[in-house]
Amino acid sequence: MAERVLMKGNEAIAEAAIRAGCRHYFGYPITPQTEIAAYMAKKMPKIGGVFLQAESEIASINMVYGAAAAGMRVMTSSSSPGISLKAEGLSYIAGSDVPALVVNVQRGGPGLGGIQPSQSDYFQATKGGGHGDYRMIVLAPASVQEMASLTIKGFELADKYLMTSMILADGTIGQMMEPISFEDAEIKSYEKPWALTGTKNERPHNIVNSLYLKPDELEVKNIERYKRYQIVEENEAMWEEYMMEDAEYCVVAFGIASRVAKNAVVAARQEGIKVGLIRPITLWPFPKDALLAAADKVKGFISVELNMGQMIEDVKLYTQCKKPVGLCNRCGGMIPSPDEVLEAIRNAQKGVF
Amino acid sequence: MKTTQILIAGFGGQGILFAGKFLAYKGLTEELQVSWLPSYGPEMRGGTANCNVILSDTPVGSPIITSPDVLIAMNLPSLQKYVDTVVPGGQIYVDSALIDIKVERTDVEVFYIPATQMAKDNGIASLANMIIIGHLLQNHPELSFAGTDAVVQKLVPAKKAALVELNMKALLLGKEYKG
Amino acid sequence: MAVVFEKTKSLADIPLHYCPGCPHGIIHRLVAEVMDELGIEGQTIGVAPVGCAVMAYDYFTCDMIEAPHGRAPAVATGIKRSRPENIVFTYQGDGDLASIGMAETVHAAARNENITVIFVNNAIYGMTGGQMAPTSLPGQVTQTSPYGRDVNHCGWPIKVCEMLSTLEGPEFIARVAANNVKNVKNAKKVIKKAFQNQIDGKGFNLVEVVSACPTNWGMTPQKALQWVESDMLPYYPLGVYKDRSGAKEAEAK
Repeated sequence: MAERVLMKGNEAIAEAAIRAGCRHYFGYPITPQTEIAAYMAKKMPKIGGVFLQAESEIASINMVYGAAAAGMRVMTSSSSPGISLKAEGLSYIAGSDVPALVVNVQRGGPGLGGIQPSQSDYFQATKGGGHGDYRMIVLAPASVQEMASLTIKGFELADKYLMTSMILADGTIGQMMEPISFEDAEIKSYEKPWALTGTKNERPHNIVNSLYLKPDELEVKNIERYKRYQIVEENEAMWEEYMMEDAEYCVVAFGIASRVAKNAVVAARQEGIKVGLIRPITLWPFPKDALLAAADKVKGFISVELNMGQMIEDVKLYTQCKKPVGLCNRCGGMIPSPDEVLEAIRNAQKGVF
Repeated sequence: MKTTQILIAGFGGQGILFAGKFLAYKGLTEELQVSWLPSYGPEMRGGTANCNVILSDTPVGSPIITSPDVLIAMNLPSLQKYVDTVVPGGQIYVDSALIDIKVERTDVEVFYIPATQMAKDNGIASLANMIIIGHLLQNHPELSFAGTDAVVQKLVPAKKAALVELNMKALLLGKEYKG
Repeated sequence: MAVVFEKTKSLADIPLHYCPGCPHGIIHRLVAEVMDELGIEGQTIGVAPVGCAVMAYDYFTCDMIEAPHGRAPAVATGIKRSRPENIVFTYQGDGDLASIGMAETVHAAARNENITVIFVNNAIYGMTGGQMAPTSLPGQVTQTSPYGRDVNHCGWPIKVCEMLSTLEGPEFIARVAANNVKNVKNAKKVIKKAFQNQIDGKGFNLVEVVSACPTNWGMTPQKALQWVESDMLPYYPLGVYKDRSGAKEAEAK
């Protein structure tokens, strides 16, 4: 096994991106993700890559759009308010079918909000953010190791399906250090015949574009895109199940919330409560099969989130409301304690959701 | 299963995060599972700073510490804020050069170390943090004192190599401190 | 027989959608002729704006991308930093470049990004039907300044060349016009220099082309071209506003 080193989650993303072949990073400073930019600023010039601090989030996502269209593995990173500014570019990137990786190390909102960890951009990441019919692959790391592995995965999926992969992390995972090792895994790359390279007078010109003034053409384009999304939904959902074999109650949580929830599950098991955890690793595509299967087994669900209750809507949707779904949440930068989650589990056992 | 949750708290500039990093790296070399979580944001610029370090022989769940096994308090507000969160039977390390009150709880073990004064007296003014860590290592066989120099070398940037020796001096001062 | 005129290779042989009398067609042609003459069509990547020229991606035969409104210089930056060996240009109108995209314009210039920006200033938003632009003249009547642009209410027009030439960054800033034969011929020379500079790796080039919008100005094409001469050019004087290496060369002599 490769050597284990201690690394911050944000740095792990940056290092993994470089290992994935990303040589173009465009960003703008914002807490709590600035370590990514700092790492890139230090490393990129030494390996023939490009780090450029843009004048705004808007400019940085459009530089990503340009570099992606030019066929590069490219990324940007930001935190919640900055992602709102990038929303326009995300929509154009989706509409033009070019691949990119965008990292959101979430902080509390709305507005300027706060700088402490949050998961309140779940809706924005999984349901839109920008305008128009589109999806992004949304990956939710719960450890520093996953910050790295999902970054690499994110680049591969983006290239494979010609869409944006978003790493939806939070301030805790971004700032914390954990041991991590980088295995020398083979990184998949994909041909990009559509890329802007100059025609070299050898082929008709490539056009990267999201404008279709004829409604029937735009409709066809969107339908084609959604067929691709369907393949993603069928093949790329990832999740972790923990102590679910005999579970009568199921906690659903992602990212940092799932780690708190795991502690609570262990504590509840010690009290004899049969409870397990489903941790979505992809938030889109949502692990609906796992949830639906659990709905036939358990007596109820508890969605643990760092927001006012966003993922709970998907939990209800994909369990087809077969069983009650409770919410255990904190927001604004607050994190529920394992005891708070444990209390919610105890309540569930009493039939209180 | 053995998990030690260590909360280090004090002012920005006291090396709170560095002390935590040292413990995390030490844990890593002892082949433990570790996590290190700093406070971040504007309070880091001269306000309060704290750091959560978890060392465990099983994978770390939540990296956020609500009930520490060990509290290192480097200033009075930190001691007052966290003293009651320490688990019964836990340990509290107090920089008694900066904190002139005593811990009233009787269900915890308290170590008073005038670390800031000791650091000043020994010409290593900024290393009170490592004096306390040196003392802590004595009480934690899962970490042990052996191999600390390699960890310090890993943490101190090459440009500041002179600091390695000073950190080792601080760790030894703490180790040998007899209350 | 000697060939005296032929189709421009870099311009696709399809009808343009521009209104009758619109100089966009001329300006497209100038850019395309320059590409032909420099032999760079095969290595050029163009960035179309949002505005009347949005569909420029269909008209130029080089690789093209369509940028969000105002973001063309940022998109061009992403491309140029990815493929420095390619020639990258943007083609933008006044609303795109000087209003919603001002930040991207200024910062690309400040970075001396090695690209060429063709900035078509016709003092109005054309595609959306004739609203006040950042370059609409004081007193100019538009759909959103129906009583004439009141500078006390909505401020003064922005003189892009003058403003950008105060920056250290950019290599070459010039204003030309597309309202008569003499000006069009000169415009081509200047545009060619703006591309040659990029080929030579000199940095940021912006050529403002003062143009007309007969449809939204409510004038005949002929009257519109006269209005450029009588009203616009006094406010937007033609000339080279910044030419860093040119100035250095002149000094050396």
